[in-house]
Amino acid sequence: MEGMIHSIETFGTVDGPGIRYVVFVKGCPMRCQYCHNPDTWEMAGGTKMTVEEILDDYDRYRPFLKDGGLTVTGGEPLVQIDFLIELFEQAKKRDIHTCLDTSGIMFRRDNPIIYEKYLRLMKVTDLIMLDIKHIDPEEHRKLTAQPCDHIFDFLKFLDEQEKTIWIRHVLVPGITLVPEYLERLGDFIGQFTHIKALDVLPYHNMGKTKYEQLGIDYVLKDVPEATKEQAIEARNTIIAAMKKRRMKMREEGQNV
Amino acid sequence: MLLKLDAFESAGWDGFVPGKWQKEIEVRDFIQKNYTPYEGDDAFLAEPTQDTKDLWQMVLELSKKEREAGGVLDMDTKVVSTLTSHGPGYLDKSKEKIVGFQTDKPFKRGMNVYGGIRMAMKACEDNGYTVDPEIVEFFTKHRKTHNAGVFDVYDDEIRRCRSNHIITGLPDAYGRGRIIGDYRRVALYGIDILVADKKIQKDSFGEVYTDDVIRGKEEISEQIRALGELKQMAASYGIDISKPATNVKEAIQALYFGYLGAVKEQNGAAMSLGRTSTFLDIYAERDLANGTFTESEIQEFIDHFIMKLRLVKFARTTEYNQIFAGDPVWVTESLGGMGVDGRTLVTKMSFRYLHTLDNLGTSPEPNLTVLWSKNLPMNFKQYCAKMSIKSSSIQYENDDLMRPVHGDDYGIACCVSSMRIGKDMQFFGARANLAKCLLYAINGGVDECTGVQVGPKFRPVTSEYLDFDDVMEKFDDMMEWLAKVYVSALNIIHYMHDKYAYERIQMALHDRDVKRFFATGLAGLSVVADSLSAIKYAKVKCIRNEQGIVTSYEVEGDFPKYGNNDDRVDKLAASLVSTFMHKLRKHHVYRNGFPTMSVLTITSNVTYGKNTGDTPCGRKHGQPFAPGANPMHGRDSHGAMASLSSVAKLPYMDSQDGISNTFSIIPGALGKEDQVFAGDLDVDLKLD
Repeated sequence: MEGMIHSIETFGTVDGPGIRYVVFVKGCPMRCQYCHNPDTWEMAGGTKMTVEEILDDYDRYRPFLKDGGLTVTGGEPLVQIDFLIELFEQAKKRDIHTCLDTSGIMFRRDNPIIYEKYLRLMKVTDLIMLDIKHIDPEEHRKLTAQPCDHIFDFLKFLDEQEKTIWIRHVLVPGITLVPEYLERLGDFIGQFTHIKALDVLPYHNMGKTKYEQLGIDYVLKDVPEATKEQAIEARNTIIAAMKKRRMKMREEGQNV
Repeated sequence: MLLKLDAFESAGWDGFVPGKWQKEIEVRDFIQKNYTPYEGDDAFLAEPTQDTKDLWQMVLELSKKEREAGGVLDMDTKVVSTLTSHGPGYLDKSKEKIVGFQTDKPFKRGMNVYGGIRMAMKACEDNGYTVDPEIVEFFTKHRKTHNAGVFDVYDDEIRRCRSNHIITGLPDAYGRGRIIGDYRRVALYGIDILVADKKIQKDSFGEVYTDDVIRGKEEISEQIRALGELKQMAASYGIDISKPATNVKEAIQALYFGYLGAVKEQNGAAMSLGRTSTFLDIYAERDLANGTFTESEIQEFIDHFIMKLRLVKFARTTEYNQIFAGDPVWVTESLGGMGVDGRTLVTKMSFRYLHTLDNLGTSPEPNLTVLWSKNLPMNFKQYCAKMSIKSSSIQYENDDLMRPVHGDDYGIACCVSSMRIGKDMQFFGARANLAKCLLYAINGGVDECTGVQVGPKFRPVTSEYLDFDDVMEKFDDMMEWLAKVYVSALNIIHYMHDKYAYERIQMALHDRDVKRFFATGLAGLSVVADSLSAIKYAKVKCIRNEQGIVTSYEVEGDFPKYGNNDDRVDKLAASLVSTFMHKLRKHHVYRNGFPTMSVLTITSNVTYGKNTGDTPCGRKHGQPFAPGANPMHGRDSHGAMASLSSVAKLPYMDSQDGISNTFSIIPGALGKEDQVFAGDLDVDLKLD
């Protein structure tokens, strides 16, 4: 099976544990205002690659990747879920650690055909990095042009499936980098005990030039970048809220 | 006749495990029998002492003054630098635990004339000084220099190759460098034993006085004289190095004096230190066990030693600094690595050396080079990574690749040249510009920039579009010619260097029979590989000037580029290395040298670009080459691993003098920062 690929990075160090072979796929239904890969939004203009081509190429870097693995990001990988299933199934046959970097936007619990695919995919996915864009439903829609309910349901699903989850969250000053939202985020994700890492990403505007090249208006042009100090503070706020939620759950008699 | 070491006082050896090293000069045997591998972490390291801080502050102030003065603070114009030419020099005698400068004061550059009087004069003039006319007269009329000797023999062809930059950077007017004396010998044996050994060596030649025997005996006499002067030099600082060092301080001091002697006499292109840390650790361990010194004191000795290495300075011309970017000495020290018996050669001293980057701040010198093996202790690997992120000052080389060739007591000269310490030396040979050679092949030996017929008048390419087979055939012929001229030039250079600027103190710290690497080099690897790929996989149209010389190229279509782990072009690069090496091996080499080659132009890639016209890969005249074996800038589009994989395909055995790859990366791109990334939430969220 073929996938529509944007590009491949052979030395990925920020998309999962260890050094990783990162596949950027094409296509995404979200239109996040801060997206730094707007060139992956459309399906058109990608390179078609087969599962075998990708994994054979992966094998050529195996010595470098021994503590890492394969990460699929994008774009939104789950747009091409059939390709993704085959890629990860074949990867597991080759003993490769698989990581999915997703927004979860494509998840549909109530559609049995789709749901079946997610169950199949989870069998061959070692780690899911779920990018939660915004905790507030209305703000989420403004920021991404999509609702958040499927995303939050996807997180619940992952936790039920007992998958290892990393949460990613981009800190945009004035939009997500707001104490109230960070606390709500921490409170919400605190209930899912399979979350093993929290990766807060300070907003940067390095994607700006891509927008100019693509002729797309960059909505956040006047928003400042988030600093490292702000990121540390935000991380601590989220963790504190997560902890509070866990304490509450324990008081309610849950085993956390 | 064997050396009777029993006859010498050797109190310095008390407590060491005895062995072969006490019967002959054999430092490796001493190390292997006595060193203590260290697999722990960096927690034991000591802070800088007040004296260290004070001295370093003085250095910073002097460095500032030096910069303000335009790069040179003081130069000697009257006294030719030798082992004993200058009295002792100090920063602050009361605070320096390790002493010794090249001249009678810090930041004053010595005058080295044996490489060439004109270069010495120019180095002074470029910095606003004038060499004493009497010195000039003496070294022009009465005493010939290396440079004068070389130019007495150079033929027109070699001169043309030089002035048209197809062969560049030849050490024909300055010191060749790249020779590492086994400075540890001064500490372990003391001068008296070394002299006794050399005397036996001198008598050990055959009785027939062939050229080789005569030269051998004369050289050893020079070495013996140099050892005596080294002792005198040390004595001027009130230190006796005639006997084995008795503690770590004495060992560091004696070792440093050995090195200091070398940099007083030679202004070499690279004056590397060797592999000293694990050797010195043996003394440190003994002293710690005996309570002779504390960790803090030992770190202070090392800090002061490294400080001295940072202050080695030479008189150099503006052009030299342009080629080599800055004021480099290449005081390379090789750290770590694994032993052939499987034990790591990492000791506490390996950490102490790297720790100077904290105690004294970062610095390009000494060029601290970690011999990397996948089997190095994890704690050391982590410490290296930490210090690299902090300082960007550590060089890494592949021990797993070099150990099978050299064993486990080799060191790096300059940036990549490996050699067994005290057993091998190198004839440094700069580089041939293969990109230019390709252009010569296309233009029938005519230089594309100057229009001069530099190479032989072979048939040029006459077609409008370049044909791969046609170009390859012509390129092969042109490489054949270039290899011959190149080796000839180097033979002349090293003959004359031995004759007029012999490295007597460095060679005194070598065995009698050394292996001499005849180290050639090539420049423009990625330019040629991409050019050949363009010719093969795209269409390359020749643009000719009025004289019919191809001066530019139009590339139609895309082609595989070196640096993307694409075998189609990577194989061209690899075969280029092997092909040129095979051609070099065909020729007679001075003093039975062992020909090797490097791909390592770390700093001179800009100059190469300036002197090389448009190339068939689409590169324009003036555009810099990629450094070393790097892919051309911006042409590697598949990430670092793909880029490194292309480089890793180059055959080491045909490029044994080293392959370098310059890899720049911001720390953030090497992974998440711990403070922001909560990588172990179960710990962060611990509720108890």
